[in-house]
Amino acid sequence: MSAMTDVPAVPIAFKRNAREALADPQLRRNFRGAMDFLMDKRRVQFPDGDELERLRAFGNRVRARALSKLPELLERLDANLSRNGVKVHWAETVEEANAIVHRIVEQHAAKKVIKGKSMVSEEMEMNHYLGERGVDCLESDMGEFIVQLREEKPSHIIMPAIHLNVGQVASLFHDKLEVDYTEDVDRLIQIGRETLRRNFFEADIGVSGVNFAVAETGTLLLVENEGNGRMSTTVPPVHIAVTGIEKVVENLRDVIPLLSLLTRSATGQAITTYVNMISGPRKADELDGPQEVHLVLLDNGRSQAFADGELRQTLNCIRCGACMNHCPVYTRIGGHAYGTVYPGPIGKIVTPHMLGLDTTRDLPTASSMCGACGEVCPVKIPIPALLRRLREEAVRAPEAVPHHMRGQGSKYSKKEAMLWKAWRKLNTSPALYRAFSFAGTRLSALMPSNIGPWTEHRSAPKPAARSLHELAREHLGED
Amino acid sequence: MSAKDRILAKLRGSLVGTTPVADDYDAGLLTEPWRYAADDRIARLRSMLEAVHGETQLTTQADWPQRALEALAARNIGELLVSPDTAHGQQLAAHVAASAAGLRLKAYHQPVEAWKEELFFRTPASLTGTLGGIAATGSLVLWPTPQEPRLMSLVPPLHIALLKASEVRDNLYELMHAQHWASGMPTNALLVSGPSKTADIQQTLAYGAHGPKELLVLILEDA
Repeated sequence: MSAMTDVPAVPIAFKRNAREALADPQLRRNFRGAMDFLMDKRRVQFPDGDELERLRAFGNRVRARALSKLPELLERLDANLSRNGVKVHWAETVEEANAIVHRIVEQHAAKKVIKGKSMVSEEMEMNHYLGERGVDCLESDMGEFIVQLREEKPSHIIMPAIHLNVGQVASLFHDKLEVDYTEDVDRLIQIGRETLRRNFFEADIGVSGVNFAVAETGTLLLVENEGNGRMSTTVPPVHIAVTGIEKVVENLRDVIPLLSLLTRSATGQAITTYVNMISGPRKADELDGPQEVHLVLLDNGRSQAFADGELRQTLNCIRCGACMNHCPVYTRIGGHAYGTVYPGPIGKIVTPHMLGLDTTRDLPTASSMCGACGEVCPVKIPIPALLRRLREEAVRAPEAVPHHMRGQGSKYSKKEAMLWKAWRKLNTSPALYRAFSFAGTRLSALMPSNIGPWTEHRSAPKPAARSLHELAREHLGED
Repeated sequence: MSAKDRILAKLRGSLVGTTPVADDYDAGLLTEPWRYAADDRIARLRSMLEAVHGETQLTTQADWPQRALEALAARNIGELLVSPDTAHGQQLAAHVAASAAGLRLKAYHQPVEAWKEELFFRTPASLTGTLGGIAATGSLVLWPTPQEPRLMSLVPPLHIALLKASEVRDNLYELMHAQHWASGMPTNALLVSGPSKTADIQQTLAYGAHGPKELLVLILEDA
């Protein structure tokens, strides 16, 4: 695990990023519009609240069952894919995963890679890794293509270019692709289609993600609307799929409820245009499809989340993005402010396992705990409860319990811990509490007007002349 | 120890003392809300497909070749990719030969590497069969074959699909079950629900992203 060194982790500059995003009215308009759109679309797809709740419970059980036998299912997946002719690789870290991909690239002397949409490849920073080694990686999903042209990262896991409006895309295409400026979306998409079409058949290797990996049949299932996923997994002579070890499901029929939950929750569609199920490379009598199919199974911190029964639920995620669409924080600051591949509520609970709680120490607290994410999650991940748990892990005293989370205790402060201890004592001891409230009310004139961060944006609290307890006792005539 | 062994050992260690969650699969939830009377099944499929810009036509086993020809003529398309090795391909070829339509039929009978340029840039339309349809979501089921390879339904800008009305099922669960998918999956199985599309630019829906710009489904009512 070369990533786990003793170099102190540099925390993501979340607060600075958030402040900058909040000061950008264009960004805020773009996100507000997009989130309203996606929330409405989802709502229309679930007119029957009872069906929705039963389906969420079903989805939760399917994911929980898969995780409850994860090692066995991964081995079955590996065996069945291998039997079908797919080469399965395992990687503990992103470094290992990139090295595996690079080895395949070198075996084929490949110069050009075309990518369907894959968040795991973003997690690996595959484009950068291969780029440094002289291999071009071109994104083919329209949103990813736009983001790549701008040399940015996706700001949403389903709609990568959601932070941009049509005018910004029009200017980008005009500048980078040297086409006439147009804000006609149909025309812009046709420009993207024409630009990318040749690249599909010039590419030596196609890379994709995986939505569900079926252990029973050895099948990789991908959903998409554009057709770039089918292109990337069909046209180049080699297909490499990259995915997290949690994406496996037991049986083929298990994908039916998950598929329904995924597409309806993500983009408010009954189904995506394409559901692409790949179970092997081209057979001897077939005329297209890749000659070689590889699957890279990546851990990257997932086994750490798996180690704890509560945190394991993080791995239920089917990456629909509904939690971010409904998040008041995400809507206001956008995806980039998080500084991580997975933004929004799911990003806040999954990224600490990938990067460590030290690097991500501000993420679990970047929440108003309104609970919307947990309410819409199609597989019932209790996101607010997991945020609370991560907050606890972040301030846990060193070695209070054996470390199992990377970066655990990174926010621990002796002073703060003592203050809370004192607070608990105060509130659990009636005599102390009475003495404190008596002192607090009678000596209210001594309240300082400047009490640190509290008074940066608010006036200092003014204790009343008498405490509520005293007033209540007087009211009841107990004095 | 390999990465695989280490990952599996970690996962196994974390499961010590736990029992697997039971399989309480609720097929009723995936079928009951998505059932249609025989008369409504095709109507549902059509309305779902049309809602995402798919075009559908009701026709018959005898008449569909003419419908296909008319659709191509209306678009000024003079060339069609179709398999000569399928019953429907042969029926169409016979119809074209007997008619005055100057439609050129082209076969996908060599590996894609041999004719990529032509497939990608000089093949305006294709026609394939389907393995069935799903009413609930307005989906076509395709299992590409050596006769009708994967890219036939993806690369040409117009894809014409033949769908037998009797092979339309209410929902995906029923279809998978009836066709025994779990006992053996092909290299590639597809659900196709409309022409290719994207909403990646400011949530504005645009059709014809990377796959077909148009999908025409000819539904054979008597088949």
